[in-house]
Amino acid sequence: MLQVRNLHAFYGRAHILHGVSLDAGAGEVVALLGRNGAGKSTVLKAIMGLLPPAEGEVAFDGRRVERLPPYRIARLGLGYVPEERRIFTDLTVSENLEVGRQAARAGLPPWTEDKLFALFPNLAAMRERPGGRMSGGEQQMLTIARTLMGNPRCVLLDEPSEGLAPIIVEQMARSIRALKGEGLTVLLSEQNLHFSQAVADRAYIIEKGQIRFGGSMAELAADPSLREQYLSV
Amino acid sequence: MTFASILIQLLNGLAAAASLFLVSAGLSLIFGVTRIVNFAHGSLYMLGLYGAYTLIQALGRTPLGFWSAVLLAALLVGLAGVLIEVLILRRIYRAPELFQLLATFAVVLVIKDIALFVWGAEDLVGPRAPGLGMAVEILGKRIPAYDLLLIAIGPVVLAALWLLLTRTRWGALVRAATQDREMVGALGVDQAKLFTSVFFVGSVLAGLGGALQIPREPANLELDLSVIADAFVVTVVGGLGSIGGAFLAAIIIGVAKAFCIGIGTVTWFGTEIVFSKLTLVVEFLIMALVLVVRPYGLLGRPQAAQRIATDPAPPLTAPSWKIAAIWLVLLVAVPLAADRYVTILLTDIFCFALFAVSLHFIMGPAGMVSFGHAAYFGLGAYAAGLLFKRAGLPMEAALVLAPLCAGAFAVVYGWFCVRLSGVYLAMLTLAFAQISWSIVFQWDSFTGGSNGVFGVWPSAWLADKTTYYYLALACCGAGIALLWRVLFSPFGFVLRAGRDSPLRAEAIGIDLRGFQWAAFVLVGALAGLAGAVYAFSKGSISPSAISIAQSTDGLIMVLLGGVETLTGPIAGAAIFTWLRDEVARRTEFWRAVMGLVILAIVLLFPQGLVGGLKALAARWRERPA
Repeated sequence: MLQVRNLHAFYGRAHILHGVSLDAGAGEVVALLGRNGAGKSTVLKAIMGLLPPAEGEVAFDGRRVERLPPYRIARLGLGYVPEERRIFTDLTVSENLEVGRQAARAGLPPWTEDKLFALFPNLAAMRERPGGRMSGGEQQMLTIARTLMGNPRCVLLDEPSEGLAPIIVEQMARSIRALKGEGLTVLLSEQNLHFSQAVADRAYIIEKGQIRFGGSMAELAADPSLREQYLSV
Repeated sequence: MTFASILIQLLNGLAAAASLFLVSAGLSLIFGVTRIVNFAHGSLYMLGLYGAYTLIQALGRTPLGFWSAVLLAALLVGLAGVLIEVLILRRIYRAPELFQLLATFAVVLVIKDIALFVWGAEDLVGPRAPGLGMAVEILGKRIPAYDLLLIAIGPVVLAALWLLLTRTRWGALVRAATQDREMVGALGVDQAKLFTSVFFVGSVLAGLGGALQIPREPANLELDLSVIADAFVVTVVGGLGSIGGAFLAAIIIGVAKAFCIGIGTVTWFGTEIVFSKLTLVVEFLIMALVLVVRPYGLLGRPQAAQRIATDPAPPLTAPSWKIAAIWLVLLVAVPLAADRYVTILLTDIFCFALFAVSLHFIMGPAGMVSFGHAAYFGLGAYAAGLLFKRAGLPMEAALVLAPLCAGAFAVVYGWFCVRLSGVYLAMLTLAFAQISWSIVFQWDSFTGGSNGVFGVWPSAWLADKTTYYYLALACCGAGIALLWRVLFSPFGFVLRAGRDSPLRAEAIGIDLRGFQWAAFVLVGALAGLAGAVYAFSKGSISPSAISIAQSTDGLIMVLLGGVETLTGPIAGAAIFTWLRDEVARRTEFWRAVMGLVILAIVLLFPQGLVGGLKALAARWRERPA
């Protein structure tokens, strides 16, 4: 579904990604783990075209996308959920969803407001509430729901558990498993190993802009030195 | 005043407010989504007015002909807006915001000359609206029926815009993009199409605002800048991005202007106050007042910073005094070899170079963009002229005192300006420049009004053009050297720190406002010096020295050369002054030529001329051997 090969990216003159390669197969949930500043968010932004990669290839669904603008990539069925949520605070919940709406995709049942409210019940009660007057957890739900309105086949989730109360984190894990149940591919960036183990099939570890490990969650669990070296703070 | 005449002035004001609202709502909409301060918006209004004039002639003076002409003119202006967006602005959305501003200045110049070419320089008086030519009697006073219609159009358009923005998908996209356009793109929305549609709607509003004025005001070539100034005031008073705010502000300003005309001359405590002369000033006074009390306008909110990946300003390279010395020697030698014409042209260039360098100082390193820098150039010029002619001081004393006068005005204006930032700050500087211009323009008995001041010649020992050349070189060169020296003093570092992060600067104990205020006064005084030197070189001063056009010329010089380099503003001033002189001698349509040259440069060198040349040189050095 998603193949990244030898990705290089820069912020101004700073070289952030040094040849990142990773894969996510159809229907898989893949976690990209690493410490603050390791380059997790940058990988997702580079895949999405928000930070056009300087070098390397990104193939989505068999199509090269690394030179396309973000809106074209989104229309091909790649959804992006940003770390800072980036809810449109002046718009109501319904309007936020409307901005995310795109045409239905062949072979997939389209997401509707009602279907999303079933997945995120908290949102159902606040359709007319402006995005700026929601709690952090509610905003995180809304930002995922907004991306799903575009009927993506694959979703990039940037640190979905960050800054959320433990009970909301559990809810988030259930939602991600529900997405997997719907047949979606998910690539999520995380610092929280525990959360990743609850949702992901496979994991990559990134450090200083390079992939240091790739394997199943079981392999990662079996090697405490990996956690020690790349994930503990 | 009787109740009836108050009512009449109120209705007059409301009628004038309608067009003001339309054009400002369009400006606000475009700024919200694209973050482009579209200086050409007033030009679109002007095109609407001219377009309606021609179309009414073509379609006939029947009610059907009149209204089809008005609507058609608005739609055609909308298409012109689309053309501007697609051909020019779309290519530079990733360029620094100031460069987009430069592009819109160029469009102003081009449209002005297109209008001059098509409709000529004479004012064109349009017909009355067929079927609405009569007047309605209210409380014994007669009000044109057309004015009543205009009063109704304002709220109707407001309601339509409100429905469009809150009840349609397009409206949700526009409001979302106003907050975070990158995120809207990541959700699959084609920004280019959205921007084009917003430009269309905004331009239609400007065109409609102009076309609707055809029975009330003659079409003329000065409308572009006067309307854009009005529209800036309305958007800023109402709050950027707030359509409701624009409506409220348009009414306040329209009514205030009408009352100034209605009150006429009043004698209070033996002093005669001519209110009708205040019409040009009153809106800017309202704006200054509102911005001080509510820095984001009546209904506005602090602007969220748009998330655009632009690189931070690169560090400035310190001036090379060696190269400067070589230039100085060359310039000292010029009069020995060149003819009189070159000497005079270079004298002009020296003045504008100091003007541009002082503007660069405040907008580049100090991070406070000024749309009204001509205020200090003009005030310096007028101070020099008036001290010489009215106070009878010797020329040398006038030349020394003039910068101090300009600096004194900068003390007052700057105190207000440093309380704001970003676009609001830029607009407030424009407001102060316009206040100064209005006073100079209307105070006939003291400043000579629209004729200006004559006979401002240098003393006998400086009268020779070559001697004056050396005086200008000395004054302007010293001014530029001073500004450059200050930039690399601790004071200059503080300013740059404040530009890059006001919060962090204040957190380490810097009284940023105080330093910014001092910077304002410094550049004001030096721009005043440039104006004074310029005044004595020409022998006369006219209000154009203080006009919006003079301010935009300065901005063009700085942006043309490149705001990120020290020498850019000088190169920009030299090229602009020389080019304008060359082109103006050959064609009546020099503005269009200048505009097209600027557009070519904007599209080819998005970092300014000097910045672009440096980038080219860097690429040349790094070429594979």
